[in-house]
Parts: sequence; C-alpha cells; structure tokens
Amino acid sequence: MLNSSLSELSAALAAKKISSVELTRLFLDRIRGLNGRLNAFITVDEEHSLGQARVADGRRAGKGSAGEAGPLTGIPIAHKDIYCTRGIRTTCGSKMLANFASPYDAHVIEKFDRAGAVMLGKTNMDEFAMGSSNETSHFGPVRNPWDASRVPGGSSGGSAAAVAARMAPAATGTDTGGSIRQPAALTGISGLKPTYGLVSRYGMIAFASSLDQGGPLGKSAADLAMLMNAMAGFDARDSTSLERPAEDYARELAMDLRGLRIGLPKEFFAEGVDADVLARVREAVRWFESQGAKAVEIALPNTGLAVPVYYVLAPAEASSNLSRFDGVRYGHRAKDYADLNDMYRRTRAEGFGTEVKRRILIGTYVLSHGYYDAYYLKAQKVRRLIAKDFAEAFARCDLIMGPTSPSTAFAIGAKADDPVQMYLNDIFTIPAPLAGIPGLSIPCGFDAGGLPVGLQVMGNYFSEAKMLGAAHRYQQATDWHLRVPREAAL
Amino acid sequence: MSLTPDQLQRIALLARIDVAPGEAAAVTERLNRVLGLIDQLQSVDTRGIEPMSHALDAQLSVQQRLRPDEVSEADRRDEYQEGAPAVERGLYLVPKVIE
Repeated sequence: MLNSSLSELSAALAAKKISSVELTRLFLDRIRGLNGRLNAFITVDEEHSLGQARVADGRRAGKGSAGEAGPLTGIPIAHKDIYCTRGIRTTCGSKMLANFASPYDAHVIEKFDRAGAVMLGKTNMDEFAMGSSNETSHFGPVRNPWDASRVPGGSSGGSAAAVAARMAPAATGTDTGGSIRQPAALTGISGLKPTYGLVSRYGMIAFASSLDQGGPLGKSAADLAMLMNAMAGFDARDSTSLERPAEDYARELAMDLRGLRIGLPKEFFAEGVDADVLARVREAVRWFESQGAKAVEIALPNTGLAVPVYYVLAPAEASSNLSRFDGVRYGHRAKDYADLNDMYRRTRAEGFGTEVKRRILIGTYVLSHGYYDAYYLKAQKVRRLIAKDFAEAFARCDLIMGPTSPSTAFAIGAKADDPVQMYLNDIFTIPAPLAGIPGLSIPCGFDAGGLPVGLQVMGNYFSEAKMLGAAHRYQQATDWHLRVPREAAL
Repeated sequence: MSLTPDQLQRIALLARIDVAPGEAAAVTERLNRVLGLIDQLQSVDTRGIEPMSHALDAQLSVQQRLRPDEVSEADRRDEYQEGAPAVERGLYLVPKVIE
C-alpha cells in the first residue's frame, strides 16, 4: 500500500479492500515513525485526518451529502504549509506565522476537500518559500530520505521528503523558481509546476505573485495527472486564474513518442553540471530516441541571465507581498516597542528569518526611487528576452529536456555561508516560471554516491498532458520512480 | 554596486525591518554579494524591449479580469479578529500614532 500508485489506492478503496481510515492510519503510523528524523511535517493532527477519513468512507458507502465518491475520495494527501487551512495552523515555515489560524481554506485545499481527499498534515518548507534546500525553515531543516545528512531541496522539501519516504502517497507544493521540481529531483520523485494561471493562488501565501504556481508532487507522472485533475481550474478569487475549458491531464499518458522532437538546450549541458547528472540525463534522452523521438540541439541564449533576473523580480515582489506582516492584525507581534514604527521594525526583525529579511531588503532596494529603472524595469525587460528564447525554441521542438539541478543533494549547511552559491542551484529551474511555461521533474537514475538525479521536461504553455505523457512512457520502461530510500525502507 | 551604511539604514527603514548596529556589517556584506549577481543585468542590451509584468504576456494576450463593482464579501470581522494580537470594539489596537 505504501508503494501503491494513486489509481491502485483508489481501486482498493472502491473495492473495499481497505478503508480510508485504515489507509490514513497506515500513513500516520509511518509519519510517527519517521518524522522525528526527517522533519518533513510541521503539523499533523491525527484526529482531524481520521475524521476526514471517516467522512470519505461514508461517502464511498453512499452516505452523506458530499456527493458521489471520486478517484481521490479517501486518499491521504500532505499539503505544503503555505496553503491556508482552516482546521490546522498554517505557518509558512516561519516564526511570523508560527501559530496562525487561518479563517479560510485555500482554493487548492477546498478542491481536495470536495474531492474527498484526506489531509495528512502540513509539510515543512523553506520560510515563506524562499530557499532551495529547506534549511531556512523556522521549524528546522528537512532531511533527505536518501541521506539524512543532506538536504531534500526546497522550498517544498517537506512535501518531497514525505513522498520519497512514503510518509504520504502524494503532496502539494509551490514553485516560484524551482521549488517543486528541484526537491523532486533531489529526492527521486516526480513534481510538476503547471503553466502560470492554471492552479489558483487564492489562499496560497504569496511570495512572488507573477511567478508563484501551485502544483503536485507524487511517485509518478500518472499520479501527477490525477492530482492536477483535482487541483487545476478557474477560480474567480485569483485575478490571474485562467478561464479555460476543463481538461483531463491524463489524456496523453499513452502517447506515441515517434516523431516527438526533444530540444536539448546547449546551455543546460555545459560546464558546471555534475558529470553523473549529465550522464543520467543523456541516458534518459537516448531512451526517448530509441522510441522514435528526435533530439534537436537548441539554444536558450539568455539562460545565464535567468538567475540575476529572478533575484531582482522575486525579492521585489516578495518585499511587497510580505509588507502585510506587521504585527497589527495577525501573526507575531514584538513584545516591547516604543511606538508604532518601532513595533513594525521589531516585529519584522524578530518574525522573519535571515534569508527572508535579505530578500525583502534586496527587493526594497531594487524598487526604490533612483534604482527602480536600473534594476526592476531592466529585469522585466530581460524577462521578456528569456520568454522569447522559449518561443523560438518551441518552433523547433515539442518538449525541452535537461537536468533539473546542476548537482545532486548537497550536505546540510554546505551552502549556508554564501547566498549566491545557493541561488546558482536554481539555474535550470528559474527560466520556466519567468516565461510562465510548465516544467516537470522525474527521476532518471542515481549518481555514483546513490543520490537521485532528476530529468527536467519543459513544454510550451498548456502542454502539461503531453509532458506527463512522455514522462509516463519513460516510467513504464524504467523503475527509478519505484525505488525507495534505505533510510525509509518498507 | 556596494551599499553604504546610510543606504542600508534607508532600505531597512523603507522595509520596516530593524537592522541592529551589530549586524549591519554582515547584512551589508551579504547584500553586496547579491547586488554583484544582479549587476550583470546592466550590460544587457534591452533597447526596444517592453517590460514584462505578467508571466504569460510574452506569448498570450492577457487582460486584467474585472467584475461588477458590487459587494460580494460577507462581514466576517469577528472571525478574522479572533487571532488578532489586540482588538477592542472591532478595532485593531496599536501604539499611539498621533501625539
């Protein structure tokens, strides 16, 4: 059961082979056994989860007013602690919101609730989603189930570790510069950042509003498709939510790979990428070629500017989004202060961690009078150049593939001293959110040290079904996605 | 681009974040590293390029969706104020602003 796919779990629930209460208990036991070591979850409320499981069982038995059971009814899902949840605190990995009781549910939470899924708990994350290693959380770092001395990646590190260690069959995350894809790569699981606007950001605590996108993490592309069918969709309460006809993200899982043109950006296969990572990625591409796909060398010439652009735009937007945390209406408030201004300054100095404060200060600077044109406006222009690179590339290929991350999981504390070193980790994942296009990471092997390597697949706007289809075909022929870390042996 | 202590204090004031004298040097040093990273953008030729503020703007025509200017929210003030640090008669209490 711990290794079963979502459709297998769904079938087992439908056939009454297992109840949702039993299934939820199975994962809660697993969490109790492993979370002390891995720290993947910030909050677990067993009674709350079991209550939802009982409702789901009732629904499967035809009782209750929630309507017919659907594929996810009774299935336990872990949620990144960035999604507001009414029944359980929402911390965003921060001291600022350490005891925040949200008065409403995020749209994504409502969707899973309506689908009858069970909330397994709130997962650990880099504070306010700012980080690539899950080391900036107020609640302590998350450990990689493949090697507990290493990071799981971030900022959705808790969700990734939970799925990788089979503490949850699936989880939600968010991705602004790579925060779903990179931890998926470092923990050997699958994760998708959808096209901007497909998943509502209502109730998803904002980091960088023009980049943030919610998405699923799971054990396979097929599972991601099922999760997207539940998560995606128009929401009037998110002004950037797209109105589009409903789609079935699983519709191309059986896709024919013959003639598929796979673009390989030369900038993604250059120096600075681990040799083992490149080797595994090339092997994966060769598999696709063996199935009739064609590899095409492409260029994304402005790739080298993606990290600087991101570290102007994201902190700028964050400085605006996080200005709401002032101690007045909710969250942390300093105990001692001389006046209102002092209250703001101390509340924010105390409530935010170092990385968050750093990014707010950068953001404030690049938006300030005298610097706005040179930094913020400039970065917005270069963003368009990056987006144009992809438009040109997709004229010549259907999907783009490359490594998700230049290296495998690094040691906890290894990059703590130099923020720029940490930022350069994101070089391959940052371009997709800048252009608004979707990106996916699936496992494609291991390095010499036994650490997972991720293959990134990027597609044109709204091509998730095709991306998931290509990934699914690969996963039918390989078993990287079925491997379980020794740390979390079943 | 290197920040002077005055510039740091100005940014900290704008951001309403206290930076203690003891930490100012370390904070400035780290910020300068990030500024070194983003300064790379200065040499990029962006003449004739429009700034892009919406993620899909490069490829699709995106319009800000509008709705009728009608009240659609319910009054849930009491519920929202349950977790507030200090409230009285429906108002949030903060230190005196006007002397």
